[in-house]
Amino acid sequence: MSAPVPASTHDPRLILLDPRDNVFVARMRLPAGEAIETGAGKAALDRDIPLAHKIARRAIAPGEKILKYGAPIGVATVAIAAGCHVHVQNMKSDYTPTYHLEDERKEDERKTGMNA
Amino acid sequence: MTELAGYLRSDGRKGIRNIVAVAYLVECAHHVAREIAQPWRENDVHVIGFPGCYPNAYAEKMMERLCTHPNVGAVLMVSLGCESFNKYALERIVAASGRPVKTIVIQGTGGTRASIKEGRAWVETQRAGLDRQETVPMAVSELIVGTVCGGSDGTSGITGNPAAGRAFDQLISEGAACIFEETGELIGCEHIMAARAITPELGRILEQSVAKAARYYATLGYGSFAAGNAEGGLSTIEEKSMGAYAKSGASAISGLLKPGDIPPRGGLYLLDVVPDGEVRFGFPNINDNAEIAELIACGAHCVLFVTGRGSVVGSAISPVVKICANPETYRRMAEDMDVDAGRILEGRAGLDQVGTEIRDLVVSLGQGARTKSEELGHQEFILTYKSFEPLGPSCLPAG
Repeated sequence: MSAPVPASTHDPRLILLDPRDNVFVARMRLPAGEAIETGAGKAALDRDIPLAHKIARRAIAPGEKILKYGAPIGVATVAIAAGCHVHVQNMKSDYTPTYHLEDERKEDERKTGMNA
Repeated sequence: MTELAGYLRSDGRKGIRNIVAVAYLVECAHHVAREIAQPWRENDVHVIGFPGCYPNAYAEKMMERLCTHPNVGAVLMVSLGCESFNKYALERIVAASGRPVKTIVIQGTGGTRASIKEGRAWVETQRAGLDRQETVPMAVSELIVGTVCGGSDGTSGITGNPAAGRAFDQLISEGAACIFEETGELIGCEHIMAARAITPELGRILEQSVAKAARYYATLGYGSFAAGNAEGGLSTIEEKSMGAYAKSGASAISGLLKPGDIPPRGGLYLLDVVPDGEVRFGFPNINDNAEIAELIACGAHCVLFVTGRGSVVGSAISPVVKICANPETYRRMAEDMDVDAGRILEGRAGLDQVGTEIRDLVVSLGQGARTKSEELGHQEFILTYKSFEPLGPSCLPAG
């Protein structure tokens, strides 16, 4: 586990809700590839990040708790690099599975680079 | 001291609205009830009802509490005739509360057209009477305010819910009773919540209520979590819970209620909405309006509804204040939103400032102001089957 970093040095486009958190919350939409300042160095976003979605603040190991508001909100299912979107594709609940719908149209647009 | 204008009822409670409730007692009477109310869609005649044909103690208690809610001034019951709902008991209770009440039995009246005609004539008389009723002074301490969140996303727990919590803290400090709910959306928060209870016994009861919700939802195989929550950035029920919990503010928790239980005094209360016993009758609450109806049955004069994705609903009986947590949603749907809490995310307002704005808006509703959903004619209502045990003695410790 990396050492805690000072809260004041991260990117202003990101919210750190609690100094213990290993995720940021996006204050605005951010495009894939954008460089963010984590407070412990730069990282590139792995995909488009919608408003209020989570971004890994540092590398997170499989099985490690995801911390937001200073509290565990689930567990990483795979290794997550700093700057990656943290969501249903790489974390899960410790209680009940998360129900979500895949928008195939949006997924196709993303794959073919047609996303406006 | 801030003064509201209320309608005094015989039990001493005061309403901030003076509504004629048209209550169908089975789905078979729903159309007739809706047609009776139709000419007064914009004049405080609201349709509520229970669709089931088979008896249910929870539904009968809910209907009693709603028909004797301080915002209700008169009640027209619409029965098909052969359903199991105990119309005699409900009519007695409403009459004993001093409210004008009438029951139309469609099978006795001679069918749809005759029932609509008779119902409209009665509503017209009652509406005129209620419109002449004088108001009396009402204090903030006489208010009961509920809160719910729906269409939540990643912004809800950062802006709208904590702002609603700040409004709750202010209202409670002024003596009001405030109710938060959805134990299925407090999963993961039970221990920090229990530490805020006014007695250790109540703390254990709060923890048990969340454990019950977790078991119930585990049996169903789903959490209290919709697909749109995930699209809005919430990844798990624990994450949604941490955000939802913020609606409760920071006040001590004075008690646990079940649907239809009225808070005995000011303070903060948790409403346990998950049925007791084995899993029966499906989801605890099939949508947000089922929760709103339960808060209103607990006496809520108005309900604070925090949304990120953009709910448009209101409710029958009590006004719903829509607090939009997401600034993008607000720009798309401003016409439906009373409060723009997304300003907090964009650094254009602070939590305390928006909290005060919400508190002031609640007070203004008791001074004649109307919410966006009221102006747009929203009067959603739903009531389904459930079962509950009565409250235990430690649920409402003496304050």
